[in-house]
Parts: sequence; C-alpha cells; structure tokens
Amino acid sequence: MPSKHNKKEPELNRRQFLLGTAATCGLAAAAGVWGYIFYSKEPVRRQDTKIYTFKDYRTDDVKTYPQLAVARGKDAGKMVRAAIDRIGGMGRFIKPGDRVLLKPNVAWDRQPEQAANTNPLVVGAVVKLCLEAKAAFVWVTDVPVNDPYRSFARSGIEEAVKKAGGAIKFTAENNFVTTDLKGEALKIWPVSMFYHQVDKVINMPLVKHHSLSKCTMAMKNLYGVLGGQRNRLHQEINTSIADLAAAIRPTLTVMDATRVLKRNGPTGGNLADVSAENTVIAGVDQVAIETYSLRFLDLKAEEVPYILMAEKRGIGISDLKSLNIAEMDV
Amino acid sequence: MKKNILTLRNIRRVYAVFFLVLFIILVGLTSFKGLKGYEVPLFLELDPLVAVASFLTSWTIYKGLALSLIIIIATLFFGRFFCSWVCPMGIINQAVSSFFNKMRPVDAFKMNSYRPVYRLKYYILAALLVLSIFGPLQIGLFGPIAFITRSFAVSVFPAFNYWHGGLYLKQPLFHGGMLLSLLFIAALFANRFLNRFWCRIICPSGALLGLLSFKPFLRIRRDVEKCTDCQKCLQHCHGGCDPHTALRVSECHLCMNCIEDCPEGAVHYGLRDIASSVHAPVDVNRRRLIETAVAGAVIFPMMRSVITSKTSPRYNVIRPPGSTSEGDFLRRCIKCGECMKVCPTNVIQPALFEAGFEGLWTPILLNKIGYCEYNCVLCSRVCPTGAILPLTIEKKLGKPPAQKPLKIGIAFYDRGRCLPWAMNTDCIVCEEVCPTSPKAIWFQTVEMQLRDGTTKIFKRPYIDPNLCIGCGICENKCPVHDQPAIRVTSIGETRSLTNQMILKS
Repeated sequence: MPSKHNKKEPELNRRQFLLGTAATCGLAAAAGVWGYIFYSKEPVRRQDTKIYTFKDYRTDDVKTYPQLAVARGKDAGKMVRAAIDRIGGMGRFIKPGDRVLLKPNVAWDRQPEQAANTNPLVVGAVVKLCLEAKAAFVWVTDVPVNDPYRSFARSGIEEAVKKAGGAIKFTAENNFVTTDLKGEALKIWPVSMFYHQVDKVINMPLVKHHSLSKCTMAMKNLYGVLGGQRNRLHQEINTSIADLAAAIRPTLTVMDATRVLKRNGPTGGNLADVSAENTVIAGVDQVAIETYSLRFLDLKAEEVPYILMAEKRGIGISDLKSLNIAEMDV
Repeated sequence: MKKNILTLRNIRRVYAVFFLVLFIILVGLTSFKGLKGYEVPLFLELDPLVAVASFLTSWTIYKGLALSLIIIIATLFFGRFFCSWVCPMGIINQAVSSFFNKMRPVDAFKMNSYRPVYRLKYYILAALLVLSIFGPLQIGLFGPIAFITRSFAVSVFPAFNYWHGGLYLKQPLFHGGMLLSLLFIAALFANRFLNRFWCRIICPSGALLGLLSFKPFLRIRRDVEKCTDCQKCLQHCHGGCDPHTALRVSECHLCMNCIEDCPEGAVHYGLRDIASSVHAPVDVNRRRLIETAVAGAVIFPMMRSVITSKTSPRYNVIRPPGSTSEGDFLRRCIKCGECMKVCPTNVIQPALFEAGFEGLWTPILLNKIGYCEYNCVLCSRVCPTGAILPLTIEKKLGKPPAQKPLKIGIAFYDRGRCLPWAMNTDCIVCEEVCPTSPKAIWFQTVEMQLRDGTTKIFKRPYIDPNLCIGCGICENKCPVHDQPAIRVTSIGETRSLTNQMILKS
C-alpha cells in the first residue's frame, strides 16, 4: 500500500538548479566575508570615546584694574554691578556673542536664607550683566548633591535666572562626556558637556564651612562640574581641589558672601549658623578671592592646605598684601 | 440623510478618551517637576473597590476615597458604566482588543457572547474581600486602577523615558520591575485571545460594580417584537453580556454599541418598554461563592502564622516617612506605586518578599538607589489610602510646632568597610551630606601610625542615634558603594512603638 503522505517533490529544471546553486554559493561566500570582517582577538568590540579637555576660559589679563573688588552693601544687584565695574565691567570679560555659563553652588535642596546655595539675587544680577554685555545666551548649571529639580527650585535660583533672561541647564545622564583633567588625583572624569559648549565660564561660589576641607568656596565649587563617583574625591580632598582649579580656569569669579554659613557646612539648615556679611567679591584670581574670604570663617591661608597647593601650582596669589584690592561700600 | 453624530456611543467614546488622557496626565504630573508640588490620585479614589476593601480592613472611608461614592451611587441608577466610560484599564484593554480584532478575522458572536468563566471575577472579589475582613489588604494585586497606576509608574513612564528621554534626569530603576512590566504586557496581550480579558474574567472592581448594578432603573433593553434575532448586537459588545437574549445586566458596560449596531432599532437604553426582553441575574453559583469565602477564611490563619514585617520587624523594610505602623500600613496600602512615581530620588521601590508575601509591591526604601530627600514630603501627599499619612515639612523635620523629627530608621557604621576605620583614609562623605543640623554624623580627629612607619592625621566618623533620622543619604553617597560602609535599618522608626533600641532619647 502506498504511503498516505504521498505528495511528490516537484522536478527541478536547469534554471532552478543553477539559481539555487548560485544563491547557496552566495550565502556561503557572505558567511566567509562576515567572518573575515569581524574576526577579532578581543571578546568585545570597544568604541573609542572622545576625550575632551577644558579650554582656558580666561580673557587677557589687564594689569590696570585691581585684582579684587570687594563691595559691601544691602542690595545684592548693586553690589555685583559695583564690584564688576571696578575691575573693568562685564565688557572686559564677555564679548558680544559669547556663550556664557554660570556655575553657582546649587548643591542642596535648601532655601536661600539657609546659605547652603549661592544667593539667587547675586546669580540673577550676574545673568543680567552678561546679557547687557550682549552674551549670546547665559546658561546656569550645576550637578547638585540633592535632587536637581528641587535644588534649583528651592534655592530660588531657577526663578531668579528665568526672570533675568537666562536658562537653567539640568545635567541629565547623557549630558556627561569624558574629560581629561590631567591632575595628580583627577584624571579622566565624566564632566557636564555644557562646559565644552560655551566660551566663558563664571564661577559663582559662596562662603561655607566644610568639615574636611575646612571651607568650601570657589575652587571647591568646581566639584559641581563633575559627574560620576565624585564621593571618592574626599580621600584626597586637597589634591582634588587643586587639580580642579588647575584644570578649569574660569573667566571670572564672583564670590557671594552676602550670607556666610559658619558651622555645620556644607549643608547647614540652621539659621543660627548663618551670618550676614553683605559682601560680594569679584576677581579673576581664585586663590586671592578665597584667601580674602577666609576672614568670614576666621581662617588663615596657612590652615587650608589646598589654597597653598593651588598657589604652588601658579593658579593665584595668596599674599593679600601684594595685591591691589579695591574695597567699596554701596 | 444627515447622520446623527451625537449618539450615545460617540458620547461614551468622548468620555473614554477624556478619562484616559486625564489619567495619563495625572500620573505624569505626579512628580516634583510636574507641578512643583503634588497631584491628587483621583482615579484611585474613584475606584469603589479601594474604598470598600480598605473600609473592611480599617473601618474608615479615608478622605478622598469618599469620591468613590459618586461611582457607587451612579452605578445603582445607571449600571456598570465605569468600566467602559471612566476606567483607564478598561479603556486601554478595549483599545488593544479592537486593535487585535482588526488584525485578524474574528467570529464576533463567539468572541462576545457570555462564557461561564466570567464568573471567576466574582470569586476573586469574594476571596479578596474576605481576606480584607481579616486584615491584609490584597486588592492592589488585581484592582484595575492600582494595577494600571503601578504599571505606568514602574514600567510605562520609565520605558518611554528610555526611548525618548525628557521625563526624568536619571533613568528610574525599580526592584523587580521586569516582573511588573511582564504582567502588564500579559494583561494587555490576553486581549488577543478574548476581548476585554481582564475586565470580563479577572477584574474584582468590575465584579463589585456588577453586583451593584444588579437592578438599575436604566438598562439596555431589547424590544422582542422588533428583534429579528440577527445577533448583530454582538458585533462590538464590550462586556460579553448577551444583548441578543436575556441581557446580563451585571456584565453590561453600557458601551452602547448594540444600540448603534441594531438594524431594526430594537435596542435602547432607558426604562422598560411594553415589549422589553427579560434580563438575566448575576451568574454566580452560590455554593462556589461560599466555598471561595471559606477558602479565604482558611487561608487567613495560615497567613498569620508566618514571619512577616508585622510579626517581627525587618531591618530592610524601611517605609516612606509618614507611614503608619506596619500592621496599619499593610491594612491600607494598595501597592499603587504613586509614591514610587513621585519620589524625586527613586529611593521608593516595590518590595518583593522583604515584608512577607502580603507585603508584595508595597513601598520600601532602597538607599542604594536613592535616599529620602530631607525637605521632601511628596510621597505622603499622593498616597490615596492614608498608608502614608500626609506630612508637612515641619512635622517631618521636627520644627515647631512639632516636637521631634520623624525617623524612618537609624544608620549604623560597618567599621570593617568604612575607609577611615578600616583603611586609615580620609573620607567622611557621610558627614558632609548629613542633612540634620547639628549633623547626626560627627567625627574625631585621630593620629595613626601607618604600616610604613609614618603617622597620619585623619577623621573618623561616628553616628549619633538620637539625631539620625534614617534618611539614608550617607548610605547612598558612601564611596564603598557595592555594600556601603554605613547602612540604615528600620530600627528606631517613629511609626513603631516596638521597633526601638534606645531606652531614653
């Protein structure tokens, strides 16, 4: 009895045979080519990521102006304007069409009165001056320790910046690019890419106590440039701060000492730890600015190792007597 | 002839789209970025099952849950309209069903006529309600609004962010999130085999609404004299409620499709006509129902005689600030995931079995992922059932008029891993980030002779258990980050009278 499954294969003609053979040979050849192209002694294919370096954001040094301008008063906007005007005005630092980035300290979800973040009025005033100097845009950024949305909102900086015409740039996960800091302790780190997309950077720290480094001001504020596991920096905190200061040379530093956090820094939280010093300091030399500001925390430069390390690396001068400091009341 | 577009079906469609969009917007806005505040979980409050079951566990109808009375009362008059007019789970299931039906030929009569398996949802409801009477609230497992809110918070929004970005700064991660995603996809894919699979077979809210609509005044009614038995009314039926014979009122979603599909104009929604057909009652086998209830009652003592976070506190069951004591918490939490959606640091995570079986998908804090933001009380504001009671900043932080800050746990040093303790290295990141004032972490400066004979001066951290609030930022920021050298455990939490260690504080 013949099989029930008796459907027969159709006959093959010459054309079908040749086409089929050609197709099979083609596939076999493709397999060979595939193996040839992708043969590798490495188990995983790695792509070379671009490694950035920081540009020098400084403008040419003009000797005719004082190195530091210290303004005291009640009105933050007036103090900022007076201090910057005294060292040549914003026009000395920002040329028309410049892309400007401000780096205030917005590390914490705290209110302005608690002096854990830069005073929003000072930030707003600097944004306004940059726009008056015809900056193409003014971005304000930081990589906070607390939740970024909360930190910018609670610090009042988001509102102040928007009102002044600037833009807040939140650093999302994919906004970090690898950058070589070429330091002793800090080599390759993820850095907020906004620093590579601007021409000028203005550092806008405030004066705070810090248990490990004794104080956190301009150079320590540059921690907020980094992403990744920056909590490791504490193990060599002085070298790390000096490395950062050497890698990033801001165009201008505007120090907010309107409110100073004297104890329990850098987070604060208790108004009893905050002292109203009503001062704004502007200058290019971060070491000089920090040395001057140490008086608010009753410290001396000799007690703060990273300031001396930074001076040794030629970042600035800590001997205030050799500097031309313009002080004014507004 | 001009076609009337103001049909009941079109009105229902407008409502469905409106409520679905509203649902997505409300879940989307449940974040600090959304409104710089918080958003009320309206849909969870509308679900009568949440109100009824949480009433059975705790004898209160908590705040917004009273809104569900609108649905309950309206259902008594109008029937089970919630399922196809309001419920986002039902509307999404319907959309998916329609999509699958367009993709392949469907025998609508077979697909949409009533099947005995639809009874299952009543048994699920009975089991869940009996369990509720005895304590653990498990409606969150199958409650449609809790299910879909959780799925959106834990799966859909993060997935959207992964492809498109813009919703979060950091891609949110969830403990066992894969399981939740798969369940959501499975619930939707089940529509491939049976229209409205979830709604017809599983949904306990639908069952409850079905029971409530046992005799509404207004129903779908079929004129037996006009009807030619063509069965076209089954073509697009949502509920599978047999409009072509004796309509099963409890299964009818009032989708109004049969009215539009009837070529004879024999179907209408309203009061009884002279020639209206009879209706069939709820198809529930009384014996089965009692069996189910008894089974629920038998499971109860078994569930009591196990170790859970209630019988003995678990070190890793750290609840969001404002949570009620563990027993009350499990009595109220419906696992909806609103707190997980709103948390700015992603620290609130769905538990697997950390809190025992009954604590599945309840919120716990995993400090490796985030930490409790000091000035934040958002999770307490969005909780629909009061498992997390609403907090103010003052109450959380112990500012006047509150007396003491709220603790969710206490941090402990693992000196064998802590860099200054184990390796004589400077660190104290934990001290830097500690948010209390004065800081709960303090330090001593020590001088140590190292292996190579040199001396080193550095700082060693200590914890002050009276000041620590258990926020976990120290654990989160610890550089020894695979197993942090400082870890928060639940002991000392304000919500518990028994999970304490310090005699005097």
